[in-house]
Amino acid sequence: MKPSRRLSVTAIFLGFGLAFLYLPLAVVIVYSFNASKLVTVWAGFSGRWYAELLADRQILDAAANSLIVAVVSASLAAILGTAAGYAFARFGQFPGRATLAGAVAAPLVLPDVIAGLSLLLLFVALGQAFSWMPERGLFTVIIAHAGLTTAYVAVIVQARLAGMARDIEEAAADLGAKPFTVFRTITLPMIRPAVAAGWLMAFVLSLDDLVIASFVSGPQATTLPMVVFSSIRLGVSPKINALAALLILLSLVLLATSAWIGRGALKRASLRP
Amino acid sequence: MSPVIRIEAVSKRYGAVAAVDDISLDIRENEFLALLGASGCGKTTLLRLMAGFEQPDRGRVLIGGEDMTLSAPYARPVNMMFQSYALFPHMTVAGNVAFGLKQDNISGDVLKARVNEALLAVELDRLGDRRPDQLSGGQRQRVALARCLAKRPRVLLLDEPMAALDKHLRERTQLELMALRKRLGITFVLVTHDQGEAMAMADRVAIMESGRILQIGAPRDLYERPASQRVARFFGDMNIWPVTAGATPGTLFVADLGLEARVASGSFLNGGPLTGAVALRPERIAISRTTESETGQGVQGTVAEVVFLGTASTYFVKVPAGGTVRVVVQNSDATSVFAQGDSVHLSWSATALTAIEP
Repeated sequence: MKPSRRLSVTAIFLGFGLAFLYLPLAVVIVYSFNASKLVTVWAGFSGRWYAELLADRQILDAAANSLIVAVVSASLAAILGTAAGYAFARFGQFPGRATLAGAVAAPLVLPDVIAGLSLLLLFVALGQAFSWMPERGLFTVIIAHAGLTTAYVAVIVQARLAGMARDIEEAAADLGAKPFTVFRTITLPMIRPAVAAGWLMAFVLSLDDLVIASFVSGPQATTLPMVVFSSIRLGVSPKINALAALLILLSLVLLATSAWIGRGALKRASLRP
Repeated sequence: MSPVIRIEAVSKRYGAVAAVDDISLDIRENEFLALLGASGCGKTTLLRLMAGFEQPDRGRVLIGGEDMTLSAPYARPVNMMFQSYALFPHMTVAGNVAFGLKQDNISGDVLKARVNEALLAVELDRLGDRRPDQLSGGQRQRVALARCLAKRPRVLLLDEPMAALDKHLRERTQLELMALRKRLGITFVLVTHDQGEAMAMADRVAIMESGRILQIGAPRDLYERPASQRVARFFGDMNIWPVTAGATPGTLFVADLGLEARVASGSFLNGGPLTGAVALRPERIAISRTTESETGQGVQGTVAEVVFLGTASTYFVKVPAGGTVRVVVQNSDATSVFAQGDSVHLSWSATALTAIEP
C-alpha cells in the first residue's frame, strides 16, 4: 500500500505544479472562445473574436512587424552566437577572451530597462552623428534584439561544442581539409541542432520582448507585445485572448520542433564509440 | 635510404610534465614501427606531433626529408586513424571515405573508383550507403582505415586502433592490417599499450616511458636482450633477480635462488661495477619431478601457485633461498601437469640467463 500512497502524494504535487503553470494558459484559451464582450463572464461558445482579430489591421501589422523582427534578429543572433560559441569552445585562451566572454554574456544579466535605455541613447547619438543612419524603427529593434539574443545562442553552441570530441574535426583536418572547410562540412552540420535550438530561443525571446522594443522602436514599427500592452491599458478586448491563444499555439509548434531536432541530435550523438 | 619521418630532438611539455622529452627517432620507408608504453608515457603525443595536431616546444619533425615541424595537419602526407575512429556521423560510409579525396579536388569517376577501391580493400564495398551508426564496432574500424587508405598516405599513423575490439576480432584485424601493409607498401606507425600486439605486428618496437624511448629494436631483440630492467619488466613477464659477484671469477651470485650462476651475456660483466641483475625467461625453464641429469643449472622448489591459461600454464615455484620463479609450461601432454604443493626441479641452460643493467 505504501508505494501507491506515496505515488498519489507525488501526483497531487505534480498536479498542483502543472496547474500553477498551465491553468492561466488554459483559461486564456477557453475565454478566447467566449461569446461575451466581457472578458470575465462566460456567455457561450463563439469564434467571433478570432474573426475580429483577423480583421484588425493594427494587430495584423504589428504581428507582421514582430515576425520580421523575430526572424531577422534570430538569424543574426544565430550567426554571431555560433561564431562566439565556436571561438570560446575551440580557440583556447586567445587574448581578450575574458573581455569578449563578458561582453557576450552581459545581456543575460542586464535588466531590460537598462539595455533598452542605453540602446536608445546609442541610437539617438548615432543618428545625430551620421546622417545616413536610418530612423528608429524595425531596423533598430532588430539590432537590439540580435544583440540581446546572441548570448543565448553562444551559450547553447558552446555547450554543444564542449561536449563534442575534437577528434572528428581533427580527422577532417588530417584528411586534408583546411580550417574553414572543416567548419563548414564537419563542425556546422554536427552543431546544427544547437544552432537551430538557439535560433528558436532567440526567435521566441524577440517575439516576447516588450521593454527593449518600446525603447528603441520608432512610430512606424509597433510590435505585437506593444499593441497588446497598450490595448490592455485601454481595457481588455477578448480579441487579445484570441491572439494569446494563437501565440500559445505557435509556441507549442516551435517547442515541438525544437524537441524533434534535439531528439535527432541525441540519436546521432549516441553512435560515438 | 633517407627516413620517411625523422624526429629530431623533439620535446613537448604540458605545464610541468614532459610528455615527450628530447626524443630522436628515424622511421624508415615501409617499416612497421610500434610505439609501446603504458598510458601517459608520451606515445600518443609523439604520434600527434607527427600528424601535426601538436607543435613541439623544441626540435624538428621532418617528413619525406622536408621540415614540417610547424605545418598544419592538412598539409602533411600522413594520415591518422583515431582510437575513437572519429567517423563523420552525418555522412555515409562512402561519404566518409570520399571526404579526404574531395579535399585533393578529386571528383567524378576517379573519386568513385578510389572510394570503391578503398572500401574493397577492407571488404566494405557493399555497405557504402550505410551511416556509421548502422555499423558494428569492427565495421566502423574498417571505415576509419579505408578513409585513411583512400588518401594513399606515405605514412599511416594508428592510435590504438584495436583498443575497442574484442580479442577474436583484434587478432583477425592484426593479420589483415599486416597483409594490407605488405600489399600497399605504406609505412605504419602504431601506438599501443599491448605488448603482444606490438610484438606480433611490428618490424621495430620503441618502448617508451616518461616521454623517453627506453629501447628500440626488433621485437625478438628486445625480448632476448632487454637493455634495462624496465624494458625487461615491460616486455614479457621475465624473472628478474639482483646479483652480486660470485666467489668463482666469471660467476654471479643470485641471492634469491641461493645459486652461483654462469651468465651468457651482459656488458657490465667486463670489469664494471656489479650493480646488475639477471633475467630468465619463464618459458626457458624446464620443470620436472625428479632431479634429472644436469645440462645447465637448476634449483629445487615447491609449486606455490598454478595459473591455467589453456595452451600453457604458469607455475610460481618457491625456492628454499626465498625467491619465487615464474615458469611457463606448454600443456602439450599430461606428464607436464603439476599441482600446488608439488616438489619440483627447475633447470635451464647457461645461455638462458641474461645479465641486464639496472
